[in-house]
Amino acid sequence: MIDFEYARASDVADAVRRIASDPTAKFIAGGTNLIDLMKGNVERPSRLIDISRLPLKTVEKTAAGGVVIGALVPNSDLSYHPLIEQQYPLLASAIRAGASQQLRNMASTGGNLLQRTRCYYFYDTATPCNKREPGSGCSAIKGLNRMHAILGTSDACIATHPSDMCVGLAALEAKVHVMGPGGERTIVFEDFHRLPGETPHLDTNLHPDEIVTTIELPARGFATNYTYLKIRDRLSYAFALVSVAAALELDGGTITEARLALGGVAHKPWRDPAAEAALRGQAGDQTSFARAADLLLRDAKRFAHNAFKIDLARRAIVRALTQAAQGTPQSQSDKKIR
Amino acid sequence: MAPTIGTPTSRVDGHAKVTGEARYAAEFDAPGLAYGSIVGSTIAKGRIARIDASEALRVQGVIDVLTHLNRPHMAEGGGADEDPYRDDVAPEGSPFRPLYDDRIVFSGQPVALVLAETWEAARYAASQVRVDYDEEPHVTDLHRRRDDAVALRERTKVRGDADTAFAAAEVRHAGEYFIAMEHHNPMELFASTVIWDGDGKLTVYDKTQGVQNVQCYLCGVFEMKPEDVRVVSPFVGGAFGSGLRPQYSVALAVMAARALQRSVRLVLTRRQMYTLGYRPGTIERVALGAKADGTLEAVTHEAIGMTSQFEDFARNDTTWSGTLYRSATAKYDHKLARLDVSTPCDMRAPGAATGVYALECAMDELAVALKLDPLELRYRNYSDRDQNEDMPFTSKKLRECYRQGAEAFGWSKRDPQPRAMRDGSELVGWGMATGVWEALQMKTAVRILLTANGHAEVACATSDIGTGTYTIMAQVAADMLGLPLDSISVKLGDSTLPHSPVEGGSWTAASVSNAIASTAKAIRTELLQLAQKMPQSPLAGATPDDVALVDGRIVSKQDAARAVPIADAMRHAAVDRIEQETSADFDEDDGYARNTHSAIFAEVKVDEQLGVIRVTRVVSAVAAGRILNTKTAKSQIMGSVVGGIGMALHEETLIDHDLGRIMNADIAEYHVPVNADVHEIEVIFVDEPDDIVNPLGIKGVGEIGIVGVAAAIANAIYHATGKRVRDLPITLDKLQG
Repeated sequence: MIDFEYARASDVADAVRRIASDPTAKFIAGGTNLIDLMKGNVERPSRLIDISRLPLKTVEKTAAGGVVIGALVPNSDLSYHPLIEQQYPLLASAIRAGASQQLRNMASTGGNLLQRTRCYYFYDTATPCNKREPGSGCSAIKGLNRMHAILGTSDACIATHPSDMCVGLAALEAKVHVMGPGGERTIVFEDFHRLPGETPHLDTNLHPDEIVTTIELPARGFATNYTYLKIRDRLSYAFALVSVAAALELDGGTITEARLALGGVAHKPWRDPAAEAALRGQAGDQTSFARAADLLLRDAKRFAHNAFKIDLARRAIVRALTQAAQGTPQSQSDKKIR
Repeated sequence: MAPTIGTPTSRVDGHAKVTGEARYAAEFDAPGLAYGSIVGSTIAKGRIARIDASEALRVQGVIDVLTHLNRPHMAEGGGADEDPYRDDVAPEGSPFRPLYDDRIVFSGQPVALVLAETWEAARYAASQVRVDYDEEPHVTDLHRRRDDAVALRERTKVRGDADTAFAAAEVRHAGEYFIAMEHHNPMELFASTVIWDGDGKLTVYDKTQGVQNVQCYLCGVFEMKPEDVRVVSPFVGGAFGSGLRPQYSVALAVMAARALQRSVRLVLTRRQMYTLGYRPGTIERVALGAKADGTLEAVTHEAIGMTSQFEDFARNDTTWSGTLYRSATAKYDHKLARLDVSTPCDMRAPGAATGVYALECAMDELAVALKLDPLELRYRNYSDRDQNEDMPFTSKKLRECYRQGAEAFGWSKRDPQPRAMRDGSELVGWGMATGVWEALQMKTAVRILLTANGHAEVACATSDIGTGTYTIMAQVAADMLGLPLDSISVKLGDSTLPHSPVEGGSWTAASVSNAIASTAKAIRTELLQLAQKMPQSPLAGATPDDVALVDGRIVSKQDAARAVPIADAMRHAAVDRIEQETSADFDEDDGYARNTHSAIFAEVKVDEQLGVIRVTRVVSAVAAGRILNTKTAKSQIMGSVVGGIGMALHEETLIDHDLGRIMNADIAEYHVPVNADVHEIEVIFVDEPDDIVNPLGIKGVGEIGIVGVAAAIANAIYHATGKRVRDLPITLDKLQG
């Protein structure tokens, strides 16, 4: 860990001013990922701008029937907030699938969006990693890649995005409101995280001088037919091998609207319009679920150790859609898969 | 006053631990403490070409940077017979010498030690040390070196012609099994706080399982006198074998204190914990030949384990197979693949946890081939003698373990057909296995100081690594001295205390308890002498064996009315304290085999679609002689079962063989079971009286609980899914296809 300065932002404008004036500075809120990365010399900010006391801690209804969430609402508070539990149980569930209660108590909503990959090589400064050190090479492509991506990979990086919450937000089509020196702008969730391409060091399209202020959810919450199904190497406190956020609207047995987002398979929460379109108008049965899964995975690419993820993802999608269609969402606390 | 031995007594150190009063190695303080931070090598093999510490030395607060070029004098070592780097439990070879020379022998090896006024400055400066290497090709993959593995010098006993018997057997099974490299991952990081007492004298607070082993090692390495080095380790936050040998961290901390002539603290990072010892990844091949009725005729067990290039670490993986079951022929072979890695070390039930896993899976596969219930196969080959040594056991209640375990589990309701049992979307599997470990005991000394106010202090240099040594020492002393538990205080973990070997091999409970008993007898003898000096002593003419210490009195065993209060006897003689120290030594060449045994029954539920595995029920029935404390012993077995779940499903140290480097070096990515992975665990202690193994009939329970657990789970997974996975850990991807 390097020596760094510490400053506390007095308001959002002050935070933006401070980050814009120092490209080597970083915001800190819960610090659940940043501090670990600093201890390992992966992140080396010269200055930490503490935003944890900014007034971005409310969850409020919008005029449009949705909800707007302050970027500094702790993950636990968000997951147990009545508005979220009632209208967006998918989001509540996705949050509870991640990390541990202690970490969720510390982690902020905005910070969760900016989690960095858990690729082994990214964390070990003794190894080449294009994400940590652009141009140094990707160790995972030829190395240990059991945890790595099967969709949207590039020759430069096959890391995955680690968040569970973001998979839920992707399925719910959240919007991210940000503030920069030039004022506010809104990024649709689909565009918030990036694929690695030739620039794997960039995880998101958030500019370095911008701050996430709020996350907005549209009215549609899929509170009846949803699930967040996370498959991992132990039953809690592990990153996803594959996770699936599934949300359906049904008319009788027919799917009228479908959302499907995957975690643990790509550099961002993975959605595929074709797979979702293939579900609309179909009966909510195993055949249509399997077809959607196959469509979503049609371009999946395997590496030495993660070929199993393709079949696992296919099965997890089918299972998640079944859970959603039956209205029996996965519990995050009962120690078994439903 | 009821005896405390055999009761569920709560930990006597529990309050201190829960309140934070118990201090661990990194928590001791001293004026002017300096802090160390280690720079580790980034290559697995080669030489240090250049070290540039100039940037690090410019960091404010940095005192010095020690490397092989400027370190203070340390002994030469290098593998001679009297190699001072060899500790009590060192394997054959030439132990690693930190900062000794420019040679790199494993990735993460310390190459520099930064010393600073603060931990933060030391850690930052460590990141500024530039090291250039002349890299050489390395091999870290056991599978790549398996054909070049070297046979252990010690050849084990064989009987009969196992190859011919196997070839002629009516039913045969031969299989290869693999156990992944594992790290202990104790909660407490390795840490040493070295207090500079002046004049070169040191007090070393160290995380260790053997204070006197560390003391002896430090004296050898730094050519110091034993009276100048005191090693103290009152509490240990888990070790599982990782603390048996002195770590490079304690050597570096002492080196630094001597170089700076001031007190130094050195704490490893979690990542650096993975540069220490580990359970070696092991390839095991077991071949079993049987008659059609299941009678074993041939047992062959071969193992190839990994070790470093400089030490040949191996524990007995193979001969359990010929001890556990009756077979006319048996053959063993153990080889080591030398790799460019650090030396493995003991990890809970070393050798048995791996070897018996292979044997017990092979037995399950043989049972399938025989169309025989796996438990019935064990009964049919039950051995009342240790055939390897051709000796009877001091005691062996394994049959009772099978019976009571099976009954508690409901084994008789098992449908033998794989995939026959279901619970909703899950396939249900029941598997079982046997466990075996040694009942070891080692010469140990104990001192007891009894004061006239009815308080006793019991002292021994052993350690308590969380197992409950403090508590059982207090219990045994209380019962032997006839005092209440809270009148006993226990001192341990200090090299100035009476001699103890390292705490390992499950020998501590038996060794220390018998030493307490023999010292208590010496106390009793002295008390009786005092009592007999009293006028009209009711104990006149009694011998020490005629009396017992009960409720604070010296009491005739024949006539309880004949008694003298201890306090009266001491007061009359104007003695306010009695101190005795004795050693318990054990004759293990008495023609008996000494073992503990267990039967493990496991239920798994496997999601048929996704392959997610849950261990929903484990029954472990253990025969381990006299159980001193049913509460802490049960905790030991439960912890072992959780360790077995980890071994079966989760634990694996991952090396990138191109880089020669461990990559999942943190406890987020190295998985051990969490609460959600642990369901019902039932522990049964089978009554096993044993007056041969040692006077108190104690066998120890530290390791027996893990042996066989992974096999029971693997066998249950086969029963659930019909798929046999022989490579641990059994992750869900291995069930695919």
